[in-house]
Amino acid sequence: MFDTAEMLKIFQRYRGDAIVIPGRGGRHWNKISTRPSLDLPLGDPAMGGHASFALGLALARPERKVVLFDSEGDLLMGMGVLATIAEQGPRNLYHFMLDNECYATTGGQPVPNAKNVAYDAIARGAGYGRAYAFNNLESFAIQVEGILRDPGPVFVAMKVVPEVINEPIGRRARWQTRTRDQAVKDLQKELGIAA
Amino acid sequence: MTEAQQAILSPETVLAEMKKNGVTHVVWLPDSETNFLYLLMKAEPSLTLVAVSREGLAFSTAAGLAAGGKHPIILIQNTGMMEAGDSLRGWGLGLNVPVVMMVGYRGWTRHGVNTDTAATYTERFLNAFGINYYLVESDADAPRISAAFEETKKTKRPVAVLVGDEYHGFH
Repeated sequence: MFDTAEMLKIFQRYRGDAIVIPGRGGRHWNKISTRPSLDLPLGDPAMGGHASFALGLALARPERKVVLFDSEGDLLMGMGVLATIAEQGPRNLYHFMLDNECYATTGGQPVPNAKNVAYDAIARGAGYGRAYAFNNLESFAIQVEGILRDPGPVFVAMKVVPEVINEPIGRRARWQTRTRDQAVKDLQKELGIAA
Repeated sequence: MTEAQQAILSPETVLAEMKKNGVTHVVWLPDSETNFLYLLMKAEPSLTLVAVSREGLAFSTAAGLAAGGKHPIILIQNTGMMEAGDSLRGWGLGLNVPVVMMVGYRGWTRHGVNTDTAATYTERFLNAFGINYYLVESDADAPRISAAFEETKKTKRPVAVLVGDEYHGFH
C-alpha cells in the first residue's frame, strides 16, 4: 500500500492538460494540482457514479484526456460500468482506482472480500485493453508516464493506505473550495463550452 | 396520418423528437419492447447510444456528457428509475443536469384498475423528488416531448416524459 497524496504528486508531473476527476483523492489533489480549472473535484455526488460520469465526459470531449481517480467502494456499487466503458472504448479515458480495502469515510469497515478482489483482472475481463495493479509507489512511478502516453481506456488499480474518518458528516472539515456547479462551470469556460 | 396511427406512440415519432431537440447521446437500458426504437436509433448517424447496465449509471453518465457540452437523453423504465433514486438526486439534480428522461410507464392504465406497483409509485416517486413530468400516450402527444426539452433548458433540471402507451410497447 502507498500514500494517496504521494501518488498524486507523481501523477501531477505527467498530467499535462488532462481533465482530472480526483474522486476521493480530492482533498489532496486540491493542494497538488496546478490546473484547477481543468479539475472536477466533485466529492461524492452519489456513490457509485464516478466512472460513468468520467465516461460521459470522455465521450463528450474526445480531444482531451480524462483522468479519473475512482475508488473500489464506488466501483463495487456499479461494476457494470466497466462493460459500458469497454464497449464505448474511449481512447481518452484513464481510469485509476484507489483501493484502500475499506469504506474510509464511514469509519473504515471493510468492503466485501476486501483483500482478495483483482480489480485489474475484472476490468480486463470486462473488455479493457490494458489494466494494471500497483502495490508499491516505486513501480507506479516508473510506469505512470507510459500508461498516460498510450491510448485508453486503461484501468489502473492501486492499493492505498486508508484515511479513515470517524467524525459525523456535519462535523467534518470541508476540503472543497468550489461548489460542484462552479467546478463544472469553470471547466466549461476553460474548454470553451457554451453552458 | 390515420386515427389508428395517431392512437399509438410510434418509434419514428420519438426519434424525430430527439433529432428536433438536438439530442447527441442516448443513455439507456434496453428492455424487451423497445427493439424497434433501438434499431432506428442505431441507424441514426447523429446519435451515439450508450447502453448502461443499471439505471443509476444513466444519470451519472448523462451528467458527464452534459458537463462536456453534449445533449443526452435518458431512456429507462419506471422500475429502474425508482432503483436509481440516489443517483438522480446526486448526479441529476445535484449537478443541475438539463436532461429529459423518457420513462416507460410499466403498469400504467387509463381504463382499468392498476395492478402493478411499478405504476402505483411512479408519479409519487417523481413528486417526491420534485421532478416535473409529461404523460405521452400517442403520436398526438409528441409536442409534450418538446415541451419537456424546453423545460430542461429553462430550469437546468431533469424532466420526465412518462411513456404511457398501454398497448404498443415502449415499456
